[in-house]
Amino acid sequence: MKNSNVIYGINGPVVTVKNADCFEMMEMVYVGEQKLVGEIIGITNEFTTIQVYEETTGLKPGDSVTGTGAPMNVLLGPGIIDNIFDGIERPLKAIEKQSGAFINRGAQVSSLDDKKLWNVTIKVKVGDQLEGGQIYAVLPETPIIEHRLMVHPDLSGEVIKVMPDGEYRIFDTVVVIRDCNGIDHNLTLCQKWPIRTSRPVKERLASSLPLITGQRIIDTLFPIAKGGTAAIPGGFGTGKTMTQHQLAKWCDADIIIYVGCGERGNEMSQVLEEFSELIDPKSQRPMTDRTVLIANTSNMPVAAREASIYTGITLGEYYRDMGYHVAMMADSTSRWAEALREISGRLEEMPAEEGFPAYLPSRLAEFYERSGRAKVLSGGEGSVTLIGAVSPQGSDFSEPVTQNTKRFTRCFWALDKSLAYARHYPAINWMQSYSEYFNDLDTWFRNNLGSDFIEYRNKISALLQEESSLMEIVKLIGSDVLPDDQKLIIETAKVIRVGFLQQNAFHADDTYVPLEKQKLMMKTILHLYAKSRDIVAKNIPLSKILKFGLFDKLTKMKYDIPNSKTEIFDDYIKEIDEKLAAIS
Amino acid sequence: MIIDYVGVKEINGSLIVMDGVKGVSNEEIVDICIDNTTTRQGRVVQIEGEKIVIQVFEGTRRISLTNTKTRLTGHPMEMPLSPEIIGRVLDGAGRPIDGLGDIFPVKKENINGTPINPVSRIYPKNYINTGISTIDTLMTLIRGQKLPIFSGSGMKHNDLAVQIVRQAKISGADNTNFGIVFAAMGVQKDVAEYFKKSFEESGVLSRVVMLLNLSNDPIIERTLTPRCALTIAEYLAFELDMHILVIMTDMTSYAEALREFSSSKGEIPGRKGFPGYLYSDLASLYERAGMIKGHSGSVTQIPILTMPNDDITHPIPDLTGYITEGQIVLDRSLQGQGLYPPVSVLPSLSRLMKDGIGEGYTRSDHQTLANQLFASYAKVIDARSLASVIGEEELSPTDKKYIEFGKLFESKFVNQGFNENRNIEQSLDLGWELLSALPRAELDRVDDALLDKYYKT
Repeated sequence: MKNSNVIYGINGPVVTVKNADCFEMMEMVYVGEQKLVGEIIGITNEFTTIQVYEETTGLKPGDSVTGTGAPMNVLLGPGIIDNIFDGIERPLKAIEKQSGAFINRGAQVSSLDDKKLWNVTIKVKVGDQLEGGQIYAVLPETPIIEHRLMVHPDLSGEVIKVMPDGEYRIFDTVVVIRDCNGIDHNLTLCQKWPIRTSRPVKERLASSLPLITGQRIIDTLFPIAKGGTAAIPGGFGTGKTMTQHQLAKWCDADIIIYVGCGERGNEMSQVLEEFSELIDPKSQRPMTDRTVLIANTSNMPVAAREASIYTGITLGEYYRDMGYHVAMMADSTSRWAEALREISGRLEEMPAEEGFPAYLPSRLAEFYERSGRAKVLSGGEGSVTLIGAVSPQGSDFSEPVTQNTKRFTRCFWALDKSLAYARHYPAINWMQSYSEYFNDLDTWFRNNLGSDFIEYRNKISALLQEESSLMEIVKLIGSDVLPDDQKLIIETAKVIRVGFLQQNAFHADDTYVPLEKQKLMMKTILHLYAKSRDIVAKNIPLSKILKFGLFDKLTKMKYDIPNSKTEIFDDYIKEIDEKLAAIS
Repeated sequence: MIIDYVGVKEINGSLIVMDGVKGVSNEEIVDICIDNTTTRQGRVVQIEGEKIVIQVFEGTRRISLTNTKTRLTGHPMEMPLSPEIIGRVLDGAGRPIDGLGDIFPVKKENINGTPINPVSRIYPKNYINTGISTIDTLMTLIRGQKLPIFSGSGMKHNDLAVQIVRQAKISGADNTNFGIVFAAMGVQKDVAEYFKKSFEESGVLSRVVMLLNLSNDPIIERTLTPRCALTIAEYLAFELDMHILVIMTDMTSYAEALREFSSSKGEIPGRKGFPGYLYSDLASLYERAGMIKGHSGSVTQIPILTMPNDDITHPIPDLTGYITEGQIVLDRSLQGQGLYPPVSVLPSLSRLMKDGIGEGYTRSDHQTLANQLFASYAKVIDARSLASVIGEEELSPTDKKYIEFGKLFESKFVNQGFNENRNIEQSLDLGWELLSALPRAELDRVDDALLDKYYKT
């Protein structure tokens, strides 16, 4: 075979080949007798460097290295959803069947089930002119997701043969097209795409639709758009993974891609278990019907960890191209950056900050730029939202991964250790976090929830700001010396913090709160504040108001008012009015 | 045909370089015979054509450029395994040192292991009752979990580990299927003796496999010790269906050994000189805890590490915390007040706790109580820092109550005798009793039904 050679040197996951001129940069290769998957990452006139995606123990100089002639790619087709893959799209369930509970090296399994029959409906007829990205057939992938088969973006031509509707396997030809050079192409149920190249779209669209998560602090204070980017930085134990899980469970995307990149194995088994038991409130189907899991746990090979992020985003783009809204959670991008650092170290590259390679920012930018809402080639509209967890070393947000991620993401949900210590979850610090999507999304909020939603939100965040500066004083001299109007701010902010921002993921109602209820909660809190302020302004002591227990009552309203019975809020407002009228 | 390669080309720290070696495989084990008398083992760590780099486990002392004969064994580092291994004492590289002879292997396994397929894992849910209030109530240990103890030099982590071993009750485990694998890395001889004596006193010594790499033993062997220990643990758990508790102490020495090896190999250092792959390396150890489908056994890890300068942001505790499922943090000032175990409650955490407690496992009020204790104790810290500025006298009545609660919490709940075994009911009831020192309105994590039941006026 022409592009084949032998191993010269081995250093951890990095293998070198001497005097080879047959390989291309980023080409996928098979290394050794067990055909371990690798990728060409460096070529000089003497040495070719390969990063191997599996454990290299037992490789010998002289073992063969075979090129595949194509860059690292993934197979895209039906069967991706409700599946769990490793970092290079090998299905873990199929590997388990092949090699048991422990992952053996060189597992050769097809990414997608090639035996399963899919019920295909053809959407084109002979003589149709097809462009890249156009849909030629559809099939039900899960009860809620229709899989739309699209012409490979690089292909186009006239349909010369069409198979009848019916059951087909993924490698069966269903349509044949002839391109302008007269060459025939068989269209099957699947296609390949290189993971490091983004899939083309017709036109980028503005980020003007919110991704609704049902998490109060995110939806109201720091909203994210569909097609947006967000970073969740936080030290260990601050609840990054919990926040990601909550978003994966409840956000209103059509498809969730959850990438466990260098994280814990037990966590992935938890996701698997929980998602298959959870019922999606919108479709009444198990969450797994819209979820793809990519699990490259921390003890799985480091090079595949680096690839897992790209595999995830490529799958996401594929479903976006069908016209779906996709949300991808990457937990955690720091592990991915560390994989870069580890491989860079093995290549003896000159390190930049903290040993990370100098190309870290550009890689991060490339990754986050693959998000976005767009008009897709198949005609519809789709989006990929990227939510990346960051695990800063020593919980220090000034480290390179956090800092660079901050530059390329527009939402920053900073998790705070002291909030987490007090078990205030989600531990998103409202002073450090921000969202740059306010302007893009305000029109949507105004049209769908009324302009008072935005007004309430601004008031809430102003109160939190004021509280924060008052707390500086309280820390020095205690709260007793503050005048009543400032004490009122502190009391109200406490209700906001405990009753509104804090959210219980394990409570049946509180785990997901519709926007309407979020708005009414804010309204009620602000109503109490406004009324109390009027009373305090009349020099009636605050302690008289506090005696009614209204503040405590509002703190617990998240539990006391079911999501479906928002009319109870009127009773609350009435009660506030009545009780406070008695003393003013 | 077996070839002996005579001599070496270069010696650098624990590494030797040889040239002209054919047919060597990555990570292969070699036997190095010095002066035809002593034999040491080494491992191939880098190959460049016919030039190979070997890491010598027992160090390179007495090796010259000419006095060695090196033989390739043809296989990576393997650990001989058999049911008889229970009750044995081994050195850091897994060789018996108790004078009872070699282990007759039923099978041999590569000490690096292979990653557990995430889909084959069982999500751990069964809790382990340790009889220690803080751990059981606030950072519950779950079977199949990895829960490290973050400590500092001179703190009572060893006592705590011993107490856990003595009191730990695993449901479904009895004397026939419960075992301990103890890996000592760079600890002093008397610490190892202390563990041995304690195991003996609590009658579990016959169920313990001890691997001892003491502080004066070869440093490179230290990088093998936890791998050998976990290979034994996996064998016992997943082939003999036993419940295995692995105690690894001290992970800091392990990481330092790794740093020494890395720097002698000339690798580019990351944070504080530790190699860039420290995270992946630690993960390859810690991730070997868990339970898998089709086997009733489990591997639970309690690694102990001493935080250099008590700094939790140091790379070793930092990276460990990112891999393990929580941590038990010990605090010097609590120990200074004479409290035992000096568990610093707020930074401690068990990630698997939420699914392993409550109705059917412990008691239905457990999670709520734990949340409230954490939240209230966090306020104690706020109140204390305020008191340190304005004086305790000036505090508001509520804050004074918190100071009072804090004292009670530390002296009654955290503090516990070394031989005191509290069951979960006792611990939970004690928690409620202490919370009752606070005004009812302050308990904002608890709903009224629970308060009516447990809040005592």
